[in-house]
Amino acid sequence: MSLEIKDLHAQIPGREILKGLNLIIKPGEVHAIMGPNGSGKSTLSKVLCGHEDYEVTSGEVLLDGENILDMAVDARSRAGLFLAFQYPHEIPGVSNANFLRAALKARLPKGEDIDAVKFYKQLYARMDQLEMDRSFTSRSVNEGFSGGEKKRNEILQLMMLEPKYAILDETDSGLDIDALKIVSRGVNAMRSENRGFLVITHYQRLLNYIQPDIVHVLKDGRIVKTGGKELSLELEERGYDWVTEEPLAAAA
Amino acid sequence: MPTASSETSTGLLSTTPARSTSTPDWFRIRSEAAWTEFQSLPLPGLNDEHWRYSNAKKIELADHAQAKTPTAEQSKAALAATEGLKERAARFVFVNDTLIESDTNSLPADVVCVSFEEALKSHEAVLQQHFMKGEQALGSNKFAALHLAHVKAGTVIIVPKNVVIEKPIEVFHWVVGDHAAIFPHTLVVTGDHAQVSVVDHYRSLEGEGGLSIAIADLVGGSGSQITYAACQELADDAQALHLSSITAGRDASVKSFQVQLGAAFSRSESVSDLVGQGARSDMLSVSLPIGDQIVDQRTLQRHKAPRATSDLLYKNALYGKSRTVFSGLIIVDEGAHYTDAYQTCRNLLNSNEAEANSLPGLEINADQVKCSHGSTSGPIADEELFYLKARGIPDTESRRLIVEGFLADVIERFGNSEVLDTLVARIDEKLLKAE
Repeated sequence: MSLEIKDLHAQIPGREILKGLNLIIKPGEVHAIMGPNGSGKSTLSKVLCGHEDYEVTSGEVLLDGENILDMAVDARSRAGLFLAFQYPHEIPGVSNANFLRAALKARLPKGEDIDAVKFYKQLYARMDQLEMDRSFTSRSVNEGFSGGEKKRNEILQLMMLEPKYAILDETDSGLDIDALKIVSRGVNAMRSENRGFLVITHYQRLLNYIQPDIVHVLKDGRIVKTGGKELSLELEERGYDWVTEEPLAAAA
Repeated sequence: MPTASSETSTGLLSTTPARSTSTPDWFRIRSEAAWTEFQSLPLPGLNDEHWRYSNAKKIELADHAQAKTPTAEQSKAALAATEGLKERAARFVFVNDTLIESDTNSLPADVVCVSFEEALKSHEAVLQQHFMKGEQALGSNKFAALHLAHVKAGTVIIVPKNVVIEKPIEVFHWVVGDHAAIFPHTLVVTGDHAQVSVVDHYRSLEGEGGLSIAIADLVGGSGSQITYAACQELADDAQALHLSSITAGRDASVKSFQVQLGAAFSRSESVSDLVGQGARSDMLSVSLPIGDQIVDQRTLQRHKAPRATSDLLYKNALYGKSRTVFSGLIIVDEGAHYTDAYQTCRNLLNSNEAEANSLPGLEINADQVKCSHGSTSGPIADEELFYLKARGIPDTESRRLIVEGFLADVIERFGNSEVLDTLVARIDEKLLKAE
């Protein structure tokens, strides 16, 4: 059981961004990926979800043994992969509650519907954890939300969908310290021995709140260094320039 | 092109409408004059500005004939197919312009709510005052004349001063038989501070083609509120024309909603005249054309009094090779100061082959006015779709959610929950068909 990324190469037309990325995330583990701008952090999250702007030229991504690269975007999500977006999109006219119901219903056998009473009970409990006002159930998805509200809404979706593996893409960007604490609390509440996390961040700050087990440095489309959480502190202090590729880490 | 049956082979173009002997003289005279007018008026040509991007020949007059009195089986089938609202103030069911059911038991006693035929006998004065008084401003004088020459069905609703009817009045117009034409009429007149909501349904039961040339005139007295919906669900090979006028008096508020779901060619002409200070007209529309369907929408917001508001929101979600035309004009007369007038048409293109045309216009002759018009057309944003799919929602459902979301603000603005539940169900049904 793991989310295993094997020698992943991906490109946008004319430019290779991921150049042989290897990573194994086991259930129960929290991995952090740090790296300078343009290193391929966000590309990695989009490629894992199946965004059509990126072409995978070689490599495999195995979710509990199943290669997900041939699967459609929605099928990957149902298989247990979740991406908390860096810039969550607004969906005018679609209420948050209807959106979540549709996402949960998509996980049920055809013809079955979710139990509305249980759904709202769970939804409200999760929203309380994230200190989200009840009005967010009827508001259109992300429409008119502040940066912090959008990020909370991402974590709400994570809590409702209960994926096997969750990728958090720059979840700390645009958050003030109070919002960061709330969002981190939500994520930590979802940590479990059955769930793996990949936390993508530019700054070490988030990792004070979501403590990683393993920290990777992504540079020029490859993981160039892997260490414990002390590595993130070192990166915070010294920047990324000193990190050079370690053959061992790249082959991990 | 198939032709109508032999005894009516000349179609609507040249078959003189028959009038029953009990028709009051004044009405027979108007009706006959309208027939003469219809015959003398030319069909609007391609260079007629009210028919730009459209074509009056899409209404195939020669191929249709006045619908025949329905058989007992047809009436029975239509009644069975009329699901309707549970909670309603009144219901009328017409098949081929023949009244087959009316239920007005839940209406307050002093409300007039009768079939058009009945109103000709019992409410001559009101009809003389309000029936088809204005010119058709948006290009369909010929079709309006044809309507007047044939009209015998529909409802006349007169709500006296201060009377509030909580539940909606529902009217079903069924067309049945090959190439049958119906001419439904709706007249709603409210006294001061009265309130009423009315829904007209236009539907096909069976048969090839079918044509509905309908007119709805709504006259709102001071401080009154009228909510009106026209839900057109004729068969895919039918043609529909809906000419409506709204006259909003002082502080009156009229909300109208055009739901265009059926017909091969469907045209609506909607005029709002804001004649009293502080009047308000909300003009709303939703259409979901699929296949080769054409939806042709013409609107006019005429501000004739100061401090009035008109707010138009039309939304079309297009599929297949369908086409829409939206042409809207706001005219603010001299002296209509402090006017608020808005006009928005948005088109969501769910196919590369669908085509949306918009012709917005403004003509302002007063000071201190707030006016805007805008029109947009575009496909579903890729990132919106990706976001929903990234949560496990399959492509088809994701697109449907987005389209529902796109239409949601029109539906919310209509806001009449009893009526809406039915309309939304019909819209959702059409959406499933679109996929």
